[in-house]
Amino acid sequence: MNVIQAPSQLAHPGKPAAATLGLVDVDIHPRAHGLADYKPWLSERWWNYAQEYGARARHGFTGGQPPFPKAQPLACRRDAWPPGGGTPASDLNFLRSHHLDAHGIDVGVLNPLQPSGQGDRNNGFSAAMAHAVNEWQLETWLRPEPRLRGSVVVPYEDAAASAAEIRKRAGDPNFCQVLMMSRTAEPAGNPRYWPIYEAAAEAGLPVAFHAFGYSGWAMTNTGWPSFYIEEVSEHATSCQNQVTSLVVEGVFERLPALKVVLIECGFAWLPSVAWRLDRHWRHLKAEVPHLRRAPSEVIREHIWVSTQPMEEPEVGRHLKDVMGWIGWNRILFATDYPHWDFDDPRAALPATLPEEHRRDIYGGNARGVYGF
Amino acid sequence: MPAGLRAIDCDVHPMVPAMSALAPYLDEFWRDQVVERGITQLDSQSWPINAPKTIRADWRDEKGRGASTVSALQTQALEPFGADLAILNPLYGVQMVLNADMAVAFTRALNDWIRAEWLDRDPRLRASIVLPLQDIGAAVAEIERLAPDRRFVQALVLAMGDAPLGKREFWPVYEACVRHGLPLGVHAGSAYRHPQTSVGWTSWYLEEYVANQQAFQSQLASLITEGALGKFPGMKVVLLESGVTWLPAFLWRLGKTWKGVRFEVPWVDRAPAELVRDQVRLTVQPFDAPEDDPGAVQRILDHLRSEDMLLWASDWPHWQFDGDAAVPPGFPASTLPKLLRDNALATYDRLRGEEGSQ
Repeated sequence: MNVIQAPSQLAHPGKPAAATLGLVDVDIHPRAHGLADYKPWLSERWWNYAQEYGARARHGFTGGQPPFPKAQPLACRRDAWPPGGGTPASDLNFLRSHHLDAHGIDVGVLNPLQPSGQGDRNNGFSAAMAHAVNEWQLETWLRPEPRLRGSVVVPYEDAAASAAEIRKRAGDPNFCQVLMMSRTAEPAGNPRYWPIYEAAAEAGLPVAFHAFGYSGWAMTNTGWPSFYIEEVSEHATSCQNQVTSLVVEGVFERLPALKVVLIECGFAWLPSVAWRLDRHWRHLKAEVPHLRRAPSEVIREHIWVSTQPMEEPEVGRHLKDVMGWIGWNRILFATDYPHWDFDDPRAALPATLPEEHRRDIYGGNARGVYGF
Repeated sequence: MPAGLRAIDCDVHPMVPAMSALAPYLDEFWRDQVVERGITQLDSQSWPINAPKTIRADWRDEKGRGASTVSALQTQALEPFGADLAILNPLYGVQMVLNADMAVAFTRALNDWIRAEWLDRDPRLRASIVLPLQDIGAAVAEIERLAPDRRFVQALVLAMGDAPLGKREFWPVYEACVRHGLPLGVHAGSAYRHPQTSVGWTSWYLEEYVANQQAFQSQLASLITEGALGKFPGMKVVLLESGVTWLPAFLWRLGKTWKGVRFEVPWVDRAPAELVRDQVRLTVQPFDAPEDDPGAVQRILDHLRSEDMLLWASDWPHWQFDGDAAVPPGFPASTLPKLLRDNALATYDRLRGEEGSQ
């Protein structure tokens, strides 16, 4: 955690000077107090179902207990619990003072996590929840606070229902992207998910994959790991698989307007995946004639990444190599507020990165991809 | 290949033509089972025989197969690349077998086939002991059975198995490896106990091949966080056909996470990157560097922060390069003595002091 205690007399003591094109945080996690927050938008049937069975992710635990216990309660900063009660990022006023005002966030993108019903074993429940979570975002966060933008939460294991939810939100400027979790039940490029991407492209919304979710498969391709430290670092591998699948299945050939944003997935791995794909595609082209361009070109054109958690090379300047390989205009700033591994805007980007690139990462690139 | 460096080829793949080839090395019961139950071959989807990656086109025989004789290895790899030692890593699909007794019998036969039909026919050859991890006790016994033959220089497992390799259930294998001076070789490929990705089964072979890159990351994360590398500081782990360019980013991420949550794994008392530099080695076919950025290889080598980690391999007969371009482009000449030979000698105890002799 990189937190700097700032003098309170300044209006935005936490805003970095290099953010001259604005400070956009693409990863803020609002949290409901409980399922009851969603009740106004759930039918009686699904409300009763939620009471009796609750969310059932593709693992055995109930009540939001994750299979790998977090490093601290709700994986949150200790100082992010609102003084008036409730869980971190459940209170708009405290979110304003503790994060938006303190750090001078001009635009904050909300990525609601559980309990959102995403990846639930029951597609009907997942669809009902996604609708409710989106209404809850509008009512609780987006209408009262103009600095915030929402993500269209979709029941992604049911592509038809997801597409319908996206079309319902199309044209609403409160929403800036479609949200999926990175651990889907099948690789994200699989044709079963294409209706989601078609609806997103049609609505002009990028599709964000936020690290997390439970695919129902072992968390590595060689079985279940033991530790939370592994679960966290394995986000990189599952996102590598998702990029590979999206590219190799030809999703971007089919939907040239589609933009994908990887949030909290790390990014230093992306060049290596692109190089590996290029190299072996050259030998295996005949298998995938639907791929007309080198995978690295497709990745460079269609995929954006976010900073937090940013890999930390042992030698700081090596980060510049990697960011250059990815493309300085493809990197978006994220804090992950209110989670424990939050990146403070002032400390997250090393001063060794050229100022014009820091400026773009803080704000310019997000304005480009989201059209803010 | 630069002349005079006496290269050591750390990854070549003899291919078993059919189960019938292993029959002489099975006992009567299993020989009978193979015939009566119609077990004709164990070729794996990790290496579809006719796929272009599996056997380079000019290394295929008239039937379209290849890598089935010592003379093919000699004329296609050893001689053109000037290797005076080569390590045989057979990839026949014994790891996929679900019946542990059958797996042990087939794996023993595979190792005996390698000894009789390859090692005995060319003094430049060394081999890995393929381990039947379906039964840990039997895997240890297989090491004990073959270790007295010092032409076996390493123990071999696949990158995608039943469980991550750091788990304590595997530690008796590592104890045996250390006792006999055998590195643990981890080769690309799957036992198909899990899909090739943590998000399910892939549609295309290209995806599946690429997904080996993720398996190696998961295996290293496990070997580090479970404490296996720390417990066996004398153990070398060699990643075979792993690609290389993924390693720095993986270490940067794991190292950062370790700083944040190391209370969970207090036995990991050194940074992951340090453990890996001391104990992990990687072969360089494929290397997976960009094709249009000649400076990138040097930068990637800088990111590795070690000249001791990379081992040359041809990966014969897999198609990783054309003609004689067996060293990935972009390696500075000054790195070649270590890459082609010295690092392998430092990694494999059993290659030292008896090079080129049996």
